Amino acid sequence: MQTPEEFELSRRGVLVGGAASVATVTLVPIGTATAATPPAKSPPTAKVAFEVNGTVRELELDTRTSLLDALREHLHLTGTKKGCDHGQCGACTVIVDGRRINSCLTLAVMHEGEKITTIEGLGTPDKMHAMQDAFVTHDGYQCGYCTPGQICSAVAVLDEIKAGVPSHVTADLAAAPAVTKVELRERMSGNICRCGAYSNIIDAITDVAGVKA
Amino acid sequence: MKSFTYERVDSSAAATAAFARTPGARFIAGGTNLLDLMKLEIETPQHLIDVSRLALDKIEATPEGGLRIGAMVRNTDLASDARVRRDYGLLTRALVAGASGQLRNKATTAGNLLQRTRCPYFYDTNQPCNKRQPGSGCAAIGGFNRLHAVVGASDACIATHPSDMAVAMRALDAAIETVDAAGKARAIPIADFYRAPAKTPHLETVLAPGELITAVTLPKPVGGTHIYHKVRDRASYAFALIAVGAIVQRDGTGRVALGGVGYKPWRVEAAEAALPRGAKPVADGLLAGAKTTHENAYKLPLVERALAGVLAQAKG
Amino acid sequence: MKFDTPATTNPIDQMKIVGKPTNRIEGPLKTTGTAPYAYERHDVAANQAYGYVVGSAIAKGRIASMNLGEARAAPGVIAIVTADNAGKLAKGDFNTAKLLGGPDIEHYHQAIALVVADSFEQARAAASLVRVEYARGKGAYDLAAAIDTAIKPKASFGTEPDSAVGNFAAAFAAAPVQLDARYTTPDHSHAMMEPHATIAAWKGDKLTVWTSNQMIAWSVGDMAKTLGIPKENIRFDSPYIGGGFGGKLFNRADVLLAALGAKAAKRPVKVALPRPLMINNTTHRPATIQRVRLGATADGKLTAIGHESWSGDLPGGGPETAVAQTRLLYAGENRMTAMRLAVLDLPEGNAMRAPGEAPGLMALEIAVDELAEKLGMDPVALRVLNDTQVDPEKPSRPFSQRQLNKCLETGADKFGWSKRAKPGVTRDGRWLVGMGVAAAFRNNLNGPSAARVRLAKSGVVTVETDMTDIGTGTYTIIAQTAAEMMGVPLDKVVVKLGDSAFPVSAGSGGQWGANSSTAGVYAACVKLREAVVQKLGLASDAVFADGKVKAGRRSVALGDAAADGELVAEDNMEYGDLAEKFQQSTFGAHFVEVGVDAMTGEIRVRRMLAVCAAGRILNPKAARSQVIGAMTMGAGAALMEELAVDKRFGFFVNHDLAGYEVPVHADIPHQDVIFLDEADPTTSPMKAKGVGELGICGVAAAVANAVYNATGVRVRNYPITLDKLLGKLPDMV
Repeated sequence: MQTPEEFELSRRGVLVGGAASVATVTLVPIGTATAATPPAKSPPTAKVAFEVNGTVRELELDTRTSLLDALREHLHLTGTKKGCDHGQCGACTVIVDGRRINSCLTLAVMHEGEKITTIEGLGTPDKMHAMQDAFVTHDGYQCGYCTPGQICSAVAVLDEIKAGVPSHVTADLAAAPAVTKVELRERMSGNICRCGAYSNIIDAITDVAGVKA
Repeated sequence: MKSFTYERVDSSAAATAAFARTPGARFIAGGTNLLDLMKLEIETPQHLIDVSRLALDKIEATPEGGLRIGAMVRNTDLASDARVRRDYGLLTRALVAGASGQLRNKATTAGNLLQRTRCPYFYDTNQPCNKRQPGSGCAAIGGFNRLHAVVGASDACIATHPSDMAVAMRALDAAIETVDAAGKARAIPIADFYRAPAKTPHLETVLAPGELITAVTLPKPVGGTHIYHKVRDRASYAFALIAVGAIVQRDGTGRVALGGVGYKPWRVEAAEAALPRGAKPVADGLLAGAKTTHENAYKLPLVERALAGVLAQAKG
Repeated sequence: MKFDTPATTNPIDQMKIVGKPTNRIEGPLKTTGTAPYAYERHDVAANQAYGYVVGSAIAKGRIASMNLGEARAAPGVIAIVTADNAGKLAKGDFNTAKLLGGPDIEHYHQAIALVVADSFEQARAAASLVRVEYARGKGAYDLAAAIDTAIKPKASFGTEPDSAVGNFAAAFAAAPVQLDARYTTPDHSHAMMEPHATIAAWKGDKLTVWTSNQMIAWSVGDMAKTLGIPKENIRFDSPYIGGGFGGKLFNRADVLLAALGAKAAKRPVKVALPRPLMINNTTHRPATIQRVRLGATADGKLTAIGHESWSGDLPGGGPETAVAQTRLLYAGENRMTAMRLAVLDLPEGNAMRAPGEAPGLMALEIAVDELAEKLGMDPVALRVLNDTQVDPEKPSRPFSQRQLNKCLETGADKFGWSKRAKPGVTRDGRWLVGMGVAAAFRNNLNGPSAARVRLAKSGVVTVETDMTDIGTGTYTIIAQTAAEMMGVPLDKVVVKLGDSAFPVSAGSGGQWGANSSTAGVYAACVKLREAVVQKLGLASDAVFADGKVKAGRRSVALGDAAADGELVAEDNMEYGDLAEKFQQSTFGAHFVEVGVDAMTGEIRVRRMLAVCAAGRILNPKAARSQVIGAMTMGAGAALMEELAVDKRFGFFVNHDLAGYEVPVHADIPHQDVIFLDEADPTTSPMKAKGVGELGICGVAAAVANAVYNATGVRVRNYPITLDKLLGKLPDMV
C-alpha cells in the first residue's frame, strides 16, 4: 500500500480539451511506482521443484515467471494455453493438488512441492482420458485453443460437485449439489469458448458423469 | 512486470518482519489480483513476501458463538464450509457469485477484501487515473462509466469496489483482524475498513504499510433468510452492475448491503429500519445523495427493483 | 478443373463418408494439448528470443520523440524495432493502417515498437521502459456525430454502395402500412481465444513464419509487399489456428514485428499480442447506424423496401456492408439501399463473421418483426408471404436453391411457435417469457482452390493444400472428400494444411472455405484417379472403393498404383459464371426463447433453434458446431457485446476479456440445429455451400424480438441490456 500522503488535485476530471487540441503531451506508462528502480544486471531468480504429471521437475526461474509460462516456455508443455494471461478466459486451467486454477495468475515459484496435472497428464492421443474422448465424440470444441482448459476444468468440476462445493445455482445450500446441466454450465463459466461449443461441451461432461440429458 | 525478489515466510511475525526489512515489499497470497496488476505495472513491488502458506487457513468457532476465518482460507473453502452454509448463507451466496471456480480456488479471504477496482481506466496505464497515479485526473468521469459508483464517489474517483464477498461481510458485521510489524494486533470493523476516495483515491483501506490481515471474524449468526442477488449482463464470470445482499427476518426487519455502487460494500444501517415498509424507502435511504452520470443512472432504479425482488423472494 | 456447368452425378454423391457425422480427425490432438499452435513451436527453430509489442498511447497524432535508452539497457534486451530503424516498409494491400506505426499514429495501440529479449519476462519489462513523447492530433471518434460528414464510398468487391429498383420513395409514401425505424449496432471484437502470434526465423534472405492466419496466400503476398522481398522468399506455416472469425484474415503486427525482430536480433523471435492490446491493435466489426423503411399492403405484401447504413473507418477503409442482404432477402417491387462512410480515427474496421449480414440482419429482422405487429400478422407468416425465388432486382436470375420458407415453417413447428402469446403476458415465476424469430441469410461465395494429393504404396492418400482450419472442421471434410473420391477409409487419409509451400487454396473466410477447398481436393483427386487408372492399365470407368480399384473383373489394391513410387496429382478448381446465372445463397431461420427478470430486466436465453438450408452438409457434426457457435456469438451480440468508445481519447475502453463480455457457459442453453436436406449442383461438384456465417445471421434479431415478446419493450440499440428495459418494465408488485 502506498504511503498515506495527501495531495491536492489540480483539477477535476481530465484534460478533455487535450483530446481535441494539438498539444505535446508526454505519456509514459502511468504506474504507481514513480521512483524508478535502478536496472538490475540480471533479474532475480529462484529455485523451485514441483511434480508435473507425476515427474518431479526442478527449475531455476526468473521470479516473475508464471506457472503457465514455466509449463509452456521452460518445460515445453504447451498443451496449457495462454488466452489472456489475466485470469479472464480459463484457457490456462491446470489442476494443482487436486484443484483447478488459472496457471497464468500464479507464480511458478509459489508452487514448491505441489503436484500439477496438465492436459498432457490426463491422457495422450493414443490413450485419451474419458473426458478427452467425450470431447471428441461430442465435438466439444472447434478451434481447439480453449479445449485443454475446458477439459481440465471439467475433470475438476465433477470432483468439486462430488466434494459438495456449492455453486451460484445450487438451490439448497444444505443439500449436496447434483450433476445437472445447470450446475455444469455455471461451474464451467470460467472457461470461455469463443467458437461457442458450450452446448456440446456440456453434453460431453454429462456423458462422462453418467447423467441422462 | 518489474522484477522483484521473492521469499516465502511461515509465520505472521516473519511476514511483517520481512516487510519492515525490505523496501517496496508486498504480501502475496492467492495473487489473482496482484499478479494481474503487476503484469500491467499498475503494481510494481520490488519484493514479494509469500504468505500463502501461513497457518491462517482454518475456520474456527469463536467463544462468542461466531466464526473466525483465517486470512488464507480460500474462497472455495469458505463457501463450502458447513457452518458458513448453514449460518451465514449470505456469505456462501456472495462468494459463489464472484469470479470463477478457478479463481475462487486460489483467492483468499484477505485478498478478496483487498481487491482493487476493475475500472478500465485504472487498468490502462496510458490513461489518467488518480487511483493509480495521484494527481493525473480521472478519465472515467466524462468517459465510459456505466459500471461506476453512484454513492460515495468524489471528483477524483468514481471507481467501485469489485468484491462480492465483502458485501456479505458488511451485512454480517464482520471484523478484520490484523497484526503490524511491531506485533500489535487490532480488529477493524468492516464498516471502518475502506477509505472514501475523497482527494486520495489511491488510499483504499485503513491498513498501515506492512499491516497484515490475519483473520476475519463473524459475530454469532443472526438467522433470517439470506439472499444475494448479483445483477450482471452476463450470467456468470462477470463483475456486478449492482448486487443486493440481504438478511430478512420473519417480521420483515433485516439488513441490506449493496455491491457495485460505491468504493466499498454499501450499507446504511439507518435505512434498514424501513425494510418492513418495502424496497423504496430502503433504497432511498441507501442511495441518499447519489450522484449519477448519464451512463450509470440506471443503477438507482435497479437497486430498488432488485431489492424489491429480494424482499419478495424472502417472503417466499 | 473448371466448374462451369451444374454438377451431375459424381463419386461424392455416394455419400459413404461425405455427409456422415464424423468426429474431427485432429480431435485427439486438440483434446490432449498436442496440436501445435503458432507460439508453441519450440521444435521449429532453435534459440528463440521473445518479442513484446509496444502500442501507441494516443489515437491520433505523431510521435514527437522516442527514447529507447532505458529499454536498451534493461537486462536481456537484444534489439528494439521501431519505424525509425526498421527500414523501408510498404503497407500491405489488405491493411488500412500500418502494422508498425510512427512517427504518424493512426489509431490507439497501433504498434510502435517491438522489444526483443532473451525471455518473455525481460521483453515485457523492457517494453514498458520505452519512453515516448507524443503530439496529440485531432481525431474523429463518434459515429453519430460524424454521420453528417459521411460520404458515398467506392464500390468494394463489385458491390455498389447504392441500389435502386422501381420508385421506392413513391411506393413507401403510398403504402397503407409503413415502418420507419432507426437501429444501431456497436463495434464488436472477434475475441478469438488464441491471440495473434508468430515465430519468425530468417535463413539468409529467406523468411519462415509459423503463425496463426486464415488466408495464407493473401498474407504471403502482403508480407512480401510490406518487406519489399520476393514472395518466393517467404514461407507461412499455420496448421492450427485458435479462432479467427475474420480477425486473422490478414497480417497483423505480430507477424511483421516477429520478422523484423528476428532480423534485428539475428535469431528467431516469437511474438504474441498481449490480450489487453489486441482489441485496439487489431481489427473489429464497425458500429453501424441503420435506417429501415418498409412499406406494405394491408395484407402484408411488401411494396417498398429501403435500407440505409452508416459506418465509419480510418481513411482509406471501407463501409460495413450492412444493407447487402436487403437486396435479396424479400420480394418487393420498389427498393433502395445505400451505404455511407464516415472517417473515424478508431482502430481499423474490417471483416468479422458474416460482415454486412450480421449487423444488417440485426436491424432488418427487428424491422420485419415491427412491421408484422403493425399488420397484426404472425412474423413467420409475413416472411413466408414475401418470399422470392428470384433475385428481386433482376427477376430473370433465379436463386439456385431457396428454402427459406421451409426453414421458417419447420422451425415454427419444432419450436412450438404456435404457443407464442402477445407481448408481455407470459410469466414463469419471476421471469417474463417470450419467443422471437428471424430469418437468416448469407450469400454463398466460391473461390479458386488448389490441392495436391499423393498416393503411397501403403494406400495412404495425403492431401496438401494451404487451406486453413480455424475450427471450422476443414481437416475432416477434406479427409472425407479424399476418402470418398479415392475409395479409402478415413484413416487412410492424411491432411496437411496451412503451409504456403502447398497449392494455393481459397482460404478461410466469408464461409467460402468448406465448399471451395473440398472442390479443390475433388479436382486433384479426379486427376489422381486418372493417374491411378492409367498406371494400372484399367478402364477409365474403374470404381474406387474399399481401398481397391475395380474394373471389369480386375480388382487391384489402390496402393499398387504407387508400387514403383508415389503418385502425385495437383489441380485447381476454377469457376465459370454459374454464380452470375444463379443467385447462390444460404438460408435459415432462428427461433429463440428468452426470460427477462420482471424486476431487474436481466435477460437470459432459454431455448435456441436454428433451421438451415445450405446445400450439402459435408460433415453434419462439425457443421452443427459451426452453427451453434455462431448462435452463441449472435446471442453475445444481442445481449452483451459492445466495444465502449471513449469519444474524447478515441479508443475502445473495455479492451480485455473482463471488460468486453462474450457469452460464457451459463449464458447458453442447449441448442438445436436442423439442416434441410439439400444438394446444390450449381455451387461445385461437392454441391455444398457455406454454413459457418449463416449461423450468426439473424440470431441477435431473434433474441431482440423475443425480448420484445417477453416484455413489450422494443429496444433498437444493441446490445439489449437491462438498463434499456428498466424504465419500461411492468410496475413492481
